[in-house]
Amino acid sequence: MRAEARVVAESDGRGGTRLAVLRGESPLLLRRTGRPAGGGVTVHLVGGAAGPLRGDELRLDVVVGPGARLEMLSVAASLALPGRPAPPSRLTVTASVAAGGTLRWLPEPLIAAAGCDHDVVTRVDVAEGGTLLWRDDLVCGRHREASGAVRADTLIRYAGVALYRHELAVGPGAPGWDGAAVLGGGRAIGTVVAAGPQLPGPPVVGADAASMRLAGPGVLATAVGEDIRQVKAALDPWCGAALAPLALV
Amino acid sequence: MSLATLLLLADGRLPSGGHAHSGGLEPQIAAGRVRDVDGLDGFLRGRLATGGLVSAAFAAAACADTGRAAELDVGLDARTPSPALRRASRAQGRALLRAGRAMWPVPAIGREPHQPVALGALAAAAGLTPVEAAVAAAHGTTTGSASAAVRLLGLDPYAVHALLARLAPECDRIAAVAAARSGDPVDELPAAGAPLLDIGAEHHATWEVRLFAS
Repeated sequence: MRAEARVVAESDGRGGTRLAVLRGESPLLLRRTGRPAGGGVTVHLVGGAAGPLRGDELRLDVVVGPGARLEMLSVAASLALPGRPAPPSRLTVTASVAAGGTLRWLPEPLIAAAGCDHDVVTRVDVAEGGTLLWRDDLVCGRHREASGAVRADTLIRYAGVALYRHELAVGPGAPGWDGAAVLGGGRAIGTVVAAGPQLPGPPVVGADAASMRLAGPGVLATAVGEDIRQVKAALDPWCGAALAPLALV
Repeated sequence: MSLATLLLLADGRLPSGGHAHSGGLEPQIAAGRVRDVDGLDGFLRGRLATGGLVSAAFAAAACADTGRAAELDVGLDARTPSPALRRASRAQGRALLRAGRAMWPVPAIGREPHQPVALGALAAAAGLTPVEAAVAAAHGTTTGSASAAVRLLGLDPYAVHALLARLAPECDRIAAVAAARSGDPVDELPAAGAPLLDIGAEHHATWEVRLFAS
């Protein structure tokens, strides 16, 4: 299955945000939800079919213009499944945030079902003066199930410079992924990258969690847990935390 | 190519301060994740496939063209979210440069580069090839943590070296992959991360008493 979806959020010129483009196709369906609040709009990703399954080629492009505020959520976890013998499934997400724009990407977790073979490629460009909160949660296998193979490849640039470049591979074909350097006994991991002139202030608390000031203008919060509840307990409060000026973080 | 020169560069006795670092092992031992040789095996395989691959690729890239040192350094910053690990890498890079400058005519690449960039520059100055720089980098990621494991857990050194021997072909494989990609644009170079090493390094940096600097 091939599918493409696109969201373009623009300032409406009256302190609010309008969606100039909101287009998707199954399984990447997009729905505007809730009422405009704080000058921003919320869009939910709705899974319109099972998967991703092997062979699927999915693409989502998100554009946030100057002064626009967009929050992207999803109605449920996405479940990568094996499907028929085929090349790996792939989801490519690109996002750009203009100066004065804000993008909050807070989807539900990706679950790597046993036997899946899935790539996630994320490319985010934030202009100087833009604000980003980008979260990715991954669960390695359903309950008491071996993990499938997932490779996540992420590049977040700020003002044209790589701020956060990270690859994570779990499951068969990823040497040592369940060893003590990568996830240990953990079966869930969450990462949140905050970037921009204002950043979440308080530290992330937990034995297997930490927030880290990046070399550029951003912070990474990451948490590893036996299950997704531990990850959510560490990261959810941080995603809702008040923002503080960069110099104070 | 000089095999003796490569051995010199990869030797743990090179006075570059590497013995002060456990490669992230000390906090994982404290967390109870590494207790024996099996646990060390999983730790080293993960470290080799992540930080080892990244170090090998950046060392190979710096060796191939020391003029790229500055952009490679920025690329490693973006791949090292933990401030404690960035400090540790730069401290080791600085110490390595100091040792290397006494041995070979190393070009100017800044005072405190990340360790893999310094290693690549030394390898170039020593007349070594990118794949040799990559082997030295991959080898260094396993041996440093392995000798720290012997000291921290009192493991049987024979068993630990047997493990290193089993990992040697994987070091060669990682180095070959890294060297093959060394000409790629910096954003496309390997970026495999190890979340528990990042988290562990941040907690470790706050300990009042620790045996290793990182």
